[in-house]
Amino acid sequence: MIETKNIDFYYGDFHALKNISMKMEANTVTALIGPSGCGKSTFLRLFNRMNDLIPGAKLTGECLIDGQDIYGKSVQVDELRKKVGMVFQKPNPFPKSIFENVAYGLRVNGVKDRNFIKQRVEESLVGAALWDEVKDKLKKSAFELSGGQQQRLCIARALAISPSVLLMDEPASALDPISTSKVEELIHELKRDYTIVIVTHNMQQAARISDKTGFFMLGELVEYSDTKKMFLNPEKQQTQNYITGRFG
Amino acid sequence: MGKKTNQSIAFWTFRILGLLVVAILFWILGFIVWHGVGVISWDFLTTAPTDGMTGGGIFPAIVGTFCLIIGSMVIAFPVGVMSAIYTTEYAGNGKIVRFIRVMTNNMSSIPSIIFGLFGMSLFVNTLGFGDSIIAGSFTLGLLVLPLVIRTTEEALKAVPDSYRTGSLALGATKLQTITRVVLPTAFPNITTGLILSIGRVSGETAPILFTVAAYFLPKLPASIYDQVMALPYHLYVIATSGTDLEATRPIAYGTALVLIAIVLVMNLLASMMRRYFGGKNKVN
Repeated sequence: MIETKNIDFYYGDFHALKNISMKMEANTVTALIGPSGCGKSTFLRLFNRMNDLIPGAKLTGECLIDGQDIYGKSVQVDELRKKVGMVFQKPNPFPKSIFENVAYGLRVNGVKDRNFIKQRVEESLVGAALWDEVKDKLKKSAFELSGGQQQRLCIARALAISPSVLLMDEPASALDPISTSKVEELIHELKRDYTIVIVTHNMQQAARISDKTGFFMLGELVEYSDTKKMFLNPEKQQTQNYITGRFG
Repeated sequence: MGKKTNQSIAFWTFRILGLLVVAILFWILGFIVWHGVGVISWDFLTTAPTDGMTGGGIFPAIVGTFCLIIGSMVIAFPVGVMSAIYTTEYAGNGKIVRFIRVMTNNMSSIPSIIFGLFGMSLFVNTLGFGDSIIAGSFTLGLLVLPLVIRTTEEALKAVPDSYRTGSLALGATKLQTITRVVLPTAFPNITTGLILSIGRVSGETAPILFTVAAYFLPKLPASIYDQVMALPYHLYVIATSGTDLEATRPIAYGTALVLIAIVLVMNLLASMMRRYFGGKNKVN
Protein backbone atom coordinates (compact mmCIF):
# COMPACT_ATOMS: atom_id res chain seq x y z
CA MET A 1 0.00 0.00 0.00
CA ILE A 2 1.20 3.49 -0.83
CA GLU A 3 0.19 6.53 1.12
CA THR A 4 1.19 10.16 0.85
CA LYS A 5 0.45 12.76 3.50
CA ASN A 6 0.54 16.49 2.72
CA ILE A 7 3.20 16.24 0.05
CA ASP A 8 4.64 19.52 -1.22
CA PHE A 9 7.33 19.42 -3.86
CA TYR A 10 9.47 22.17 -5.34
CA TYR A 11 11.83 22.43 -8.29
CA GLY A 12 13.81 25.41 -7.06
CA ASP A 13 11.15 28.10 -6.70
CA PHE A 14 8.56 26.25 -8.73
CA HIS A 15 5.85 24.70 -6.55
CA ALA A 16 5.20 21.50 -8.50
CA LEU A 17 3.01 19.53 -6.09
CA LYS A 18 0.65 21.14 -3.61
CA ASN A 19 -0.45 19.37 -0.48
CA ILE A 20 -1.15 15.97 -1.98
CA SER A 21 -2.63 13.28 0.26
CA MET A 22 -3.51 10.04 -1.44
CA LYS A 23 -3.85 6.33 -0.63
CA MET A 24 -3.28 3.53 -3.12
CA GLU A 25 -4.31 0.03 -2.11
CA ALA A 26 -2.19 -3.04 -2.76
CA ASN A 27 -2.93 -5.02 -5.94
CA THR A 28 -4.81 -2.23 -7.63
CA VAL A 29 -4.03 -0.11 -10.66
CA THR A 30 -4.12 3.61 -10.00
CA ALA A 31 -4.08 5.92 -13.00
CA LEU A 32 -2.80 9.48 -12.75
CA ILE A 33 -4.22 11.78 -15.40
CA GLY A 34 -4.05 15.49 -16.12
CA PRO A 35 -2.74 18.00 -18.64
CA SER A 36 1.01 18.25 -19.37
CA GLY A 37 2.98 19.88 -16.58
CA CYS A 38 0.34 19.15 -13.95
CA GLY A 39 2.76 17.26 -11.72
CA LYS A 40 1.57 13.70 -12.27
CA SER A 41 4.97 12.41 -13.43
CA THR A 42 6.70 14.27 -10.63
CA PHE A 43 4.30 12.62 -8.21
CA LEU A 44 5.02 9.18 -9.68
CA ARG A 45 8.76 9.69 -9.37
CA LEU A 46 8.44 10.39 -5.65
CA PHE A 47 7.86 6.71 -4.99
CA ASN A 48 11.24 5.48 -6.21
CA ARG A 49 12.97 8.76 -5.40
CA MET A 50 13.98 9.42 -8.99
CA ASN A 51 13.41 13.10 -8.22
CA ASP A 52 16.47 12.94 -5.97
CA LEU A 53 18.59 13.18 -9.11
CA ILE A 54 17.29 16.66 -9.93
CA PRO A 55 19.32 19.47 -8.41
CA GLY A 56 17.26 21.97 -6.41
CA ALA A 57 14.38 19.58 -5.74
CA LYS A 58 12.77 19.85 -2.31
CA LEU A 59 10.09 17.79 -0.63
CA THR A 60 7.97 18.19 2.50
CA GLY A 61 5.34 15.84 3.83
CA GLU A 62 5.33 12.09 4.22
CA CYS A 63 5.43 9.30 1.70
CA LEU A 64 4.81 5.79 3.01
CA ILE A 65 5.12 2.46 1.24
CA ASP A 66 3.87 -0.47 3.30
CA GLY A 67 4.00 1.77 6.32
CA GLN A 68 7.65 2.78 5.87
CA ASP A 69 8.59 6.41 5.32
CA ILE A 70 10.67 6.10 2.16
CA TYR A 71 12.31 9.48 2.73
CA GLY A 72 13.37 8.45 6.24
CA LYS A 73 17.02 8.70 7.25
CA SER A 74 17.59 4.95 7.45
CA VAL A 75 16.29 4.27 3.93
CA GLN A 76 18.86 3.30 1.31
CA VAL A 77 17.74 4.56 -2.06
CA ASP A 78 19.03 1.58 -4.04
CA GLU A 79 17.22 -0.81 -1.67
CA LEU A 80 14.03 1.17 -2.11
CA ARG A 81 14.32 1.01 -5.89
CA LYS A 82 14.53 -2.77 -5.69
CA LYS A 83 11.10 -2.75 -4.10
CA VAL A 84 9.66 -0.09 -6.39
CA GLY A 85 10.22 -0.86 -10.06
CA MET A 86 9.76 1.64 -12.85
CA VAL A 87 8.94 1.54 -16.55
CA PHE A 88 9.69 4.66 -18.55
CA GLN A 89 7.91 6.50 -21.32
CA LYS A 90 10.37 5.52 -24.02
CA PRO A 91 11.63 1.95 -23.98
CA ASN A 92 15.19 2.18 -22.65
CA PRO A 93 16.82 -1.25 -22.88
CA PHE A 94 20.57 -1.35 -22.28
CA PRO A 95 22.88 -2.07 -25.23
CA LYS A 96 23.18 -5.65 -24.02
CA SER A 97 21.59 -8.97 -24.92
CA ILE A 98 17.95 -9.68 -24.15
CA PHE A 99 19.02 -12.06 -21.40
CA GLU A 100 21.47 -9.60 -19.84
CA ASN A 101 18.88 -6.84 -19.86
CA VAL A 102 16.58 -8.89 -17.66
CA ALA A 103 19.40 -10.29 -15.54
CA TYR A 104 20.86 -6.83 -14.92
CA GLY A 105 18.75 -5.98 -11.86
CA LEU A 106 19.64 -9.31 -10.25
CA ARG A 107 23.33 -8.92 -10.95
CA VAL A 108 23.64 -5.41 -9.55
CA ASN A 109 21.83 -6.60 -6.46
CA GLY A 110 24.46 -9.24 -5.86
CA VAL A 111 22.75 -12.38 -7.15
CA LYS A 112 25.43 -14.80 -8.39
CA ASP A 113 23.55 -18.12 -8.63
CA ARG A 114 23.44 -18.82 -12.36
CA ASN A 115 20.53 -21.21 -12.28
CA PHE A 116 18.48 -18.82 -10.21
CA ILE A 117 19.23 -15.97 -12.63
CA LYS A 118 18.27 -18.16 -15.58
CA GLN A 119 15.03 -19.14 -13.92
CA ARG A 120 14.17 -15.56 -12.92
CA VAL A 121 14.87 -14.28 -16.43
CA GLU A 122 12.49 -16.83 -17.89
CA GLU A 123 9.80 -16.15 -15.28
CA SER A 124 10.07 -12.41 -15.84
CA LEU A 125 9.88 -12.71 -19.62
CA VAL A 126 6.86 -14.99 -19.24
CA GLY A 127 5.38 -12.48 -16.81
CA ALA A 128 5.88 -9.68 -19.34
CA ALA A 129 4.27 -11.79 -22.11
CA LEU A 130 7.47 -11.73 -24.14
CA TRP A 131 8.92 -15.21 -23.58
CA ASP A 132 7.44 -16.91 -26.63
CA GLU A 133 8.73 -14.19 -28.93
CA VAL A 134 12.31 -14.14 -27.62
CA LYS A 135 13.06 -17.57 -26.12
CA ASP A 136 15.13 -18.59 -29.15
CA LYS A 137 17.18 -15.41 -29.31
CA LEU A 138 18.03 -14.51 -25.73
CA LYS A 139 21.62 -13.81 -26.72
CA LYS A 140 20.64 -11.31 -29.42
CA SER A 141 20.89 -7.58 -28.79
CA ALA A 142 17.82 -6.00 -27.21
CA PHE A 143 17.92 -3.41 -29.99
CA GLU A 144 16.81 -6.02 -32.49
CA LEU A 145 13.36 -6.07 -30.89
CA SER A 146 10.50 -3.85 -32.02
CA GLY A 147 9.49 -0.85 -29.90
CA GLY A 148 6.62 -2.73 -28.30
CA GLN A 149 8.79 -5.74 -27.54
CA GLN A 150 11.46 -3.46 -26.10
CA GLN A 151 8.91 -1.94 -23.75
CA ARG A 152 7.79 -5.37 -22.58
CA LEU A 153 11.46 -6.24 -22.12
CA CYS A 154 11.77 -3.20 -19.86
CA ILE A 155 8.74 -4.43 -17.92
CA ALA A 156 10.37 -7.87 -17.63
CA ARG A 157 13.56 -6.20 -16.45
CA ALA A 158 11.61 -4.42 -13.72
CA LEU A 159 9.78 -7.63 -12.70
CA ALA A 160 12.99 -9.66 -12.40
CA ILE A 161 13.95 -8.15 -9.05
CA SER A 162 10.49 -8.94 -7.62
CA PRO A 163 9.32 -5.46 -6.69
CA SER A 164 6.06 -4.96 -4.82
CA VAL A 165 5.19 -1.71 -6.58
CA LEU A 166 5.43 -0.99 -10.30
CA LEU A 167 5.51 2.61 -11.50
CA MET A 168 4.72 3.28 -15.14
CA ASP A 169 5.28 6.64 -16.78
CA GLU A 170 3.15 6.68 -19.94
CA PRO A 171 4.43 3.22 -20.84
CA ALA A 172 2.46 2.98 -24.06
CA SER A 173 2.79 6.51 -25.41
CA ALA A 174 5.61 5.59 -27.80
CA LEU A 175 3.93 2.39 -29.01
CA ASP A 176 1.63 1.48 -31.87
CA PRO A 177 -2.00 0.40 -31.11
CA ILE A 178 -1.32 -3.34 -31.19
CA SER A 179 1.67 -3.09 -28.87
CA THR A 180 -0.35 -0.77 -26.67
CA SER A 181 -3.15 -3.26 -26.24
CA LYS A 182 -0.60 -5.96 -25.40
CA VAL A 183 0.91 -3.78 -22.70
CA GLU A 184 -2.55 -2.96 -21.37
CA GLU A 185 -3.47 -6.64 -21.15
CA LEU A 186 -0.22 -7.20 -19.38
CA ILE A 187 -0.94 -4.50 -16.82
CA HIS A 188 -4.25 -6.20 -16.13
CA GLU A 189 -2.43 -9.49 -15.48
CA LEU A 190 0.27 -7.92 -13.33
CA LYS A 191 -2.29 -6.41 -10.97
CA ARG A 192 -2.58 -9.76 -9.20
CA ASP A 193 0.96 -9.55 -7.90
CA TYR A 194 1.87 -5.88 -7.93
CA THR A 195 0.58 -2.52 -6.88
CA ILE A 196 0.63 -0.46 -10.04
CA VAL A 197 0.66 3.29 -10.46
CA ILE A 198 0.47 4.50 -14.03
CA VAL A 199 0.68 7.97 -15.54
CA THR A 200 -1.19 8.29 -18.80
CA HIS A 201 -2.28 10.93 -21.25
CA ASN A 202 -4.80 8.60 -22.77
CA MET A 203 -8.18 8.87 -21.05
CA GLN A 204 -9.55 5.71 -22.63
CA GLN A 205 -6.53 3.87 -21.39
CA ALA A 206 -7.05 5.10 -17.85
CA ALA A 207 -10.70 4.03 -18.06
CA ARG A 208 -9.80 0.61 -19.44
CA ILE A 209 -7.07 -0.47 -17.08
CA SER A 210 -7.35 1.31 -13.75
CA ASP A 211 -9.34 0.74 -10.58
CA LYS A 212 -8.88 4.23 -9.27
CA THR A 213 -7.99 7.47 -11.00
CA GLY A 214 -6.45 10.67 -9.72
CA PHE A 215 -6.88 13.87 -11.71
CA PHE A 216 -4.08 16.42 -11.33
CA MET A 217 -4.06 20.04 -12.40
CA LEU A 218 -1.47 22.74 -11.73
CA GLY A 219 0.14 20.66 -9.03
CA GLU A 220 -3.05 19.89 -7.16
CA LEU A 221 -4.97 16.68 -6.84
CA VAL A 222 -8.37 17.85 -8.05
CA GLU A 223 -10.25 14.62 -7.70
CA TYR A 224 -9.45 11.06 -6.71
CA SER A 225 -12.02 8.30 -6.86
CA ASP A 226 -13.01 4.96 -8.39
CA THR A 227 -12.32 5.06 -12.10
CA LYS A 228 -15.91 4.20 -13.00
CA LYS A 229 -17.27 7.00 -10.91
CA MET A 230 -14.66 9.43 -12.19
CA PHE A 231 -15.53 8.85 -15.81
CA LEU A 232 -19.29 8.50 -15.45
CA ASN A 233 -20.05 10.95 -12.75
CA PRO A 234 -17.19 13.21 -11.68
CA GLU A 235 -17.70 15.46 -8.69
CA LYS A 236 -15.79 18.49 -9.89
CA GLN A 237 -16.54 20.62 -12.91
CA GLN A 238 -12.81 20.76 -13.82
CA THR A 239 -12.64 16.98 -13.98
CA GLN A 240 -15.74 16.88 -16.13
CA ASN A 241 -14.20 19.43 -18.51
CA TYR A 242 -10.93 17.55 -18.77
CA ILE A 243 -12.28 14.08 -19.36
CA THR A 244 -14.80 15.26 -21.88
CA GLY A 245 -11.92 16.90 -23.73
CA ARG A 246 -12.86 20.52 -23.33
CA PHE A 247 -9.25 21.36 -22.52
CA GLY A 248 -5.96 19.63 -21.99
CA MET B 1 28.97 39.83 -62.75
CA GLY B 2 25.84 37.79 -62.49
CA LYS B 3 24.78 35.84 -59.48
CA LYS B 4 25.53 32.65 -61.27
CA THR B 5 29.14 33.56 -61.99
CA ASN B 6 29.64 34.52 -58.35
CA GLN B 7 28.25 31.17 -57.30
CA SER B 8 30.54 29.21 -59.50
CA ILE B 9 33.62 31.26 -58.54
CA ALA B 10 32.87 30.57 -54.86
CA PHE B 11 32.21 26.91 -55.55
CA TRP B 12 35.45 26.42 -57.45
CA THR B 13 37.49 28.34 -54.87
CA PHE B 14 36.21 26.09 -52.10
CA ARG B 15 36.66 22.99 -54.14
CA ILE B 16 40.22 23.80 -55.21
CA LEU B 17 41.26 24.70 -51.67
CA GLY B 18 39.68 21.51 -50.38
CA LEU B 19 41.45 19.40 -52.94
CA LEU B 20 44.70 21.27 -52.29
CA VAL B 21 44.79 19.91 -48.73
CA VAL B 22 44.39 16.37 -49.99
CA ALA B 23 47.01 17.00 -52.65
CA ILE B 24 49.54 18.25 -50.10
CA LEU B 25 48.93 15.25 -47.88
CA PHE B 26 49.48 12.87 -50.77
CA TRP B 27 52.51 14.82 -51.86
CA ILE B 28 54.14 14.42 -48.44
CA LEU B 29 53.21 10.76 -48.23
CA GLY B 30 54.34 10.09 -51.77
CA PHE B 31 57.61 11.93 -51.19
CA ILE B 32 58.42 9.87 -48.10
CA VAL B 33 57.38 6.60 -49.68
CA TRP B 34 59.28 7.33 -52.88
CA HIS B 35 62.53 8.03 -51.07
CA GLY B 36 62.10 5.66 -48.18
CA VAL B 37 60.67 2.47 -49.57
CA GLY B 38 64.03 1.46 -51.07
CA VAL B 39 65.74 0.93 -47.73
CA ILE B 40 62.84 -0.89 -46.08
CA SER B 41 63.77 -4.51 -45.63
CA TRP B 42 63.50 -7.14 -42.95
CA ASP B 43 67.06 -6.32 -41.89
CA PHE B 44 66.32 -2.60 -41.70
CA LEU B 45 63.41 -3.29 -39.33
CA THR B 46 65.20 -5.84 -37.16
CA THR B 47 68.81 -4.73 -36.73
CA ALA B 48 70.54 -1.94 -34.87
CA PRO B 49 72.36 0.95 -36.60
CA THR B 50 75.97 0.25 -37.52
CA ASP B 51 79.01 2.12 -38.78
CA GLY B 52 78.39 5.33 -36.86
CA MET B 53 74.71 5.23 -37.87
CA THR B 54 75.46 5.28 -41.58
CA GLY B 55 74.30 1.70 -41.99
CA GLY B 56 72.20 -0.99 -40.38
CA GLY B 57 68.61 -0.68 -39.28
CA ILE B 58 66.40 1.07 -36.78
CA PHE B 59 65.23 -1.80 -34.59
CA PRO B 60 66.15 -0.17 -31.23
CA ALA B 61 64.25 2.98 -32.20
CA ILE B 62 61.13 1.00 -33.11
CA VAL B 63 61.28 -0.88 -29.83
CA GLY B 64 61.90 2.37 -27.96
CA THR B 65 58.92 4.06 -29.54
CA PHE B 66 56.68 1.12 -28.61
CA CYS B 67 58.01 1.20 -25.03
CA LEU B 68 57.11 4.88 -24.82
CA ILE B 69 53.66 4.29 -26.32
CA ILE B 70 52.88 1.60 -23.75
CA GLY B 71 54.43 3.53 -20.88
CA SER B 72 52.66 6.78 -21.59
CA MET B 73 49.30 5.05 -22.13
CA VAL B 74 49.61 3.14 -18.85
CA ILE B 75 49.94 6.54 -17.20
CA ALA B 76 47.59 8.75 -19.22
CA PHE B 77 44.75 6.31 -19.82
CA PRO B 78 43.61 5.49 -16.27
CA VAL B 79 44.18 9.04 -15.02
CA GLY B 80 42.44 10.60 -18.02
CA VAL B 81 39.47 8.25 -18.01
CA MET B 82 38.94 8.58 -14.29
CA SER B 83 39.07 12.36 -14.31
CA ALA B 84 36.66 12.40 -17.25
CA ILE B 85 34.32 10.15 -15.27
CA TYR B 86 34.57 12.59 -12.39
CA THR B 87 33.78 15.66 -14.48
CA THR B 88 30.92 14.17 -16.50
CA GLU B 89 29.29 11.69 -14.10
CA TYR B 90 29.86 13.12 -10.65
CA ALA B 91 30.73 16.78 -10.58
CA GLY B 92 27.67 18.35 -12.24
CA ASN B 93 28.36 21.72 -13.76
CA GLY B 94 29.72 23.76 -10.88
CA LYS B 95 32.61 26.16 -10.67
CA ILE B 96 35.21 23.48 -9.95
CA VAL B 97 34.31 21.50 -13.04
CA ARG B 98 34.36 24.52 -15.29
CA PHE B 99 37.75 25.41 -13.82
CA ILE B 100 39.03 21.88 -14.51
CA ARG B 101 37.74 22.10 -18.11
CA VAL B 102 39.35 25.44 -18.80
CA MET B 103 42.61 24.19 -17.34
CA THR B 104 42.47 21.00 -19.39
CA ASN B 105 42.03 23.06 -22.53
CA ASN B 106 44.89 25.34 -21.52
CA MET B 107 47.07 22.32 -20.92
CA SER B 108 46.51 21.07 -24.43
CA SER B 109 47.80 24.34 -25.86
CA ILE B 110 51.11 24.27 -24.00
CA PRO B 111 53.98 23.78 -26.51
CA SER B 112 55.42 20.29 -26.26
CA ILE B 113 58.96 21.53 -25.64
CA ILE B 114 57.69 23.00 -22.36
CA PHE B 115 56.50 19.53 -21.37
CA GLY B 116 59.97 18.29 -22.23
CA LEU B 117 61.64 20.85 -19.96
CA PHE B 118 59.11 20.26 -17.20
CA GLY B 119 59.62 16.51 -17.48
CA MET B 120 63.36 16.91 -17.28
CA SER B 121 63.11 19.11 -14.23
CA LEU B 122 60.56 16.97 -12.36
CA PHE B 123 61.01 13.36 -13.42
CA VAL B 124 64.63 13.25 -14.51
CA ASN B 125 66.18 15.48 -11.87
CA THR B 126 63.90 16.08 -8.87
CA LEU B 127 62.46 12.57 -8.71
CA GLY B 128 65.77 11.12 -9.81
CA PHE B 129 64.52 8.82 -12.56
CA GLY B 130 67.35 9.97 -14.80
CA ASP B 131 67.01 9.82 -18.57
CA SER B 132 64.75 6.79 -18.70
CA ILE B 133 61.64 5.18 -20.18
CA ILE B 134 59.72 6.01 -17.03
CA ALA B 135 60.63 9.71 -17.15
CA GLY B 136 59.76 9.87 -20.86
CA SER B 137 56.51 8.01 -20.35
CA PHE B 138 55.38 10.35 -17.60
CA THR B 139 56.23 13.37 -19.76
CA LEU B 140 54.41 12.03 -22.82
CA GLY B 141 51.54 10.89 -20.57
CA LEU B 142 51.08 14.43 -19.30
CA LEU B 143 51.21 15.73 -22.84
CA VAL B 144 48.31 13.59 -24.06
CA LEU B 145 46.28 13.75 -20.85
CA PRO B 146 44.06 16.58 -22.13
CA LEU B 147 43.36 14.63 -25.32
CA VAL B 148 42.40 11.50 -23.36
CA ILE B 149 40.21 13.50 -20.98
CA ARG B 150 38.42 15.37 -23.74
CA THR B 151 37.69 12.34 -25.91
CA THR B 152 36.53 10.33 -22.88
CA GLU B 153 34.25 13.16 -21.79
CA GLU B 154 32.69 13.29 -25.24
CA ALA B 155 32.29 9.51 -25.22
CA LEU B 156 30.54 9.58 -21.85
CA LYS B 157 28.28 12.45 -22.84
CA ALA B 158 27.17 10.48 -25.89
CA VAL B 159 25.68 7.77 -23.64
CA PRO B 160 21.92 8.46 -23.40
CA ASP B 161 20.70 9.49 -19.96
CA SER B 162 17.90 6.96 -20.24
CA TYR B 163 20.49 4.21 -19.69
CA ARG B 164 21.54 5.82 -16.44
CA THR B 165 18.02 6.34 -15.12
CA GLY B 166 17.04 2.85 -16.26
CA SER B 167 19.94 1.36 -14.33
CA LEU B 168 19.38 3.44 -11.20
CA ALA B 169 15.68 2.56 -11.23
CA LEU B 170 16.66 -1.11 -10.96
CA GLY B 171 18.45 -0.48 -7.69
CA ALA B 172 21.94 -0.17 -9.13
CA THR B 173 24.28 2.23 -7.35
CA LYS B 174 25.87 5.08 -9.23
CA LEU B 175 29.19 3.25 -9.39
CA GLN B 176 27.50 0.09 -10.73
CA THR B 177 25.68 2.18 -13.30
CA ILE B 178 28.96 3.69 -14.48
CA THR B 179 30.97 0.46 -14.58
CA ARG B 180 28.26 -1.82 -15.98
CA VAL B 181 26.30 0.39 -18.36
CA VAL B 182 27.94 3.75 -19.05
CA LEU B 183 31.56 2.66 -19.57
CA PRO B 184 30.81 -0.39 -21.75
CA THR B 185 28.59 1.77 -23.94
CA ALA B 186 31.19 4.51 -24.21
CA PHE B 187 34.07 2.08 -24.61
CA PRO B 188 34.44 2.19 -28.44
CA ASN B 189 34.67 5.99 -28.45
CA ILE B 190 37.06 5.97 -25.51
CA THR B 191 39.27 3.54 -27.42
CA THR B 192 39.24 5.87 -30.38
CA GLY B 193 40.62 8.59 -28.14
CA LEU B 194 43.24 6.21 -26.84
CA ILE B 195 44.43 5.35 -30.32
CA LEU B 196 44.57 9.00 -31.35
CA SER B 197 46.74 9.64 -28.30
CA ILE B 198 49.03 6.80 -29.36
CA GLY B 199 49.43 8.49 -32.73
CA ARG B 200 50.32 11.71 -31.00
CA VAL B 201 52.78 10.09 -28.60
CA SER B 202 54.63 8.12 -31.25
CA GLY B 203 55.35 11.25 -33.27
CA GLU B 204 56.48 13.67 -30.54
CA THR B 205 60.13 14.64 -30.34
CA ALA B 206 60.41 17.59 -27.98
CA PRO B 207 59.08 15.90 -24.83
CA ILE B 208 61.49 12.97 -25.14
CA LEU B 209 64.52 15.03 -26.08
CA PHE B 210 65.63 15.67 -22.49
CA THR B 211 63.85 12.85 -20.73
CA VAL B 212 64.54 9.55 -22.43
CA ALA B 213 65.81 9.62 -25.99
CA ALA B 214 69.28 8.21 -26.64
CA TYR B 215 71.43 9.49 -29.48
CA PHE B 216 72.80 6.05 -30.23
CA LEU B 217 72.09 2.97 -28.16
CA PRO B 218 72.26 -0.27 -30.11
CA LYS B 219 71.04 -2.51 -27.28
CA LEU B 220 67.49 -2.95 -26.07
CA PRO B 221 66.36 -1.57 -22.70
CA ALA B 222 66.52 -3.96 -19.75
CA SER B 223 64.26 -2.00 -17.40
CA ILE B 224 62.08 1.11 -17.27
CA TYR B 225 65.06 3.01 -15.89
CA ASP B 226 67.00 2.61 -19.12
CA GLN B 227 67.26 5.07 -21.97
CA VAL B 228 65.93 4.12 -25.39
CA MET B 229 66.20 5.36 -28.92
CA ALA B 230 62.94 6.60 -30.46
CA LEU B 231 61.90 7.01 -34.08
CA PRO B 232 61.21 10.76 -34.22
CA TYR B 233 64.43 11.66 -32.42
CA HIS B 234 66.46 9.17 -34.44
CA LEU B 235 65.09 10.77 -37.57
CA TYR B 236 66.15 14.20 -36.35
CA VAL B 237 69.62 12.95 -35.48
CA ILE B 238 70.43 11.20 -38.72
CA ALA B 239 68.96 13.99 -40.80
CA THR B 240 70.95 16.77 -39.11
CA SER B 241 73.99 15.60 -37.24
CA GLY B 242 75.45 12.48 -38.78
CA THR B 243 79.00 12.09 -39.96
CA ASP B 244 77.96 11.63 -43.56
CA LEU B 245 74.56 13.23 -44.19
CA GLU B 246 74.40 12.23 -47.85
CA ALA B 247 74.97 8.57 -47.03
CA THR B 248 72.36 8.53 -44.28
CA ARG B 249 69.64 10.31 -46.26
CA PRO B 250 67.95 7.05 -47.37
CA ILE B 251 67.99 5.81 -43.76
CA ALA B 252 66.31 9.02 -42.69
CA TYR B 253 63.56 8.56 -45.27
CA GLY B 254 63.15 4.94 -44.25
CA THR B 255 62.78 5.96 -40.62
CA ALA B 256 60.23 8.61 -41.57
CA LEU B 257 58.29 6.01 -43.54
CA VAL B 258 58.17 3.60 -40.60
CA LEU B 259 57.07 6.39 -38.26
CA ILE B 260 54.34 7.57 -40.60
CA ALA B 261 53.20 3.99 -41.15
CA ILE B 262 52.80 3.46 -37.40
CA VAL B 263 50.77 6.64 -37.01
CA LEU B 264 48.63 5.86 -40.07
CA VAL B 265 47.92 2.34 -38.93
CA MET B 266 46.87 3.68 -35.53
CA ASN B 267 44.50 6.20 -37.10
CA LEU B 268 43.04 3.58 -39.43
CA LEU B 269 42.53 1.27 -36.49
CA ALA B 270 40.71 4.05 -34.65
CA SER B 271 38.29 4.75 -37.45
CA MET B 272 37.72 1.05 -38.08
CA MET B 273 36.86 0.49 -34.44
CA ARG B 274 34.54 3.47 -34.44
CA ARG B 275 32.71 2.10 -37.45
CA TYR B 276 32.58 -1.48 -36.17
CA PHE B 277 31.29 -0.65 -32.69
CA GLY B 278 29.27 2.29 -33.95
CA GLY B 279 27.15 -0.12 -35.98
CA LYS B 280 26.89 -2.56 -33.12
CA ASN B 281 25.91 -0.17 -30.38
CA LYS B 282 23.57 1.99 -32.36
CA VAL B 283 21.01 3.63 -30.11
CA ASN B 284 17.54 2.85 -31.41
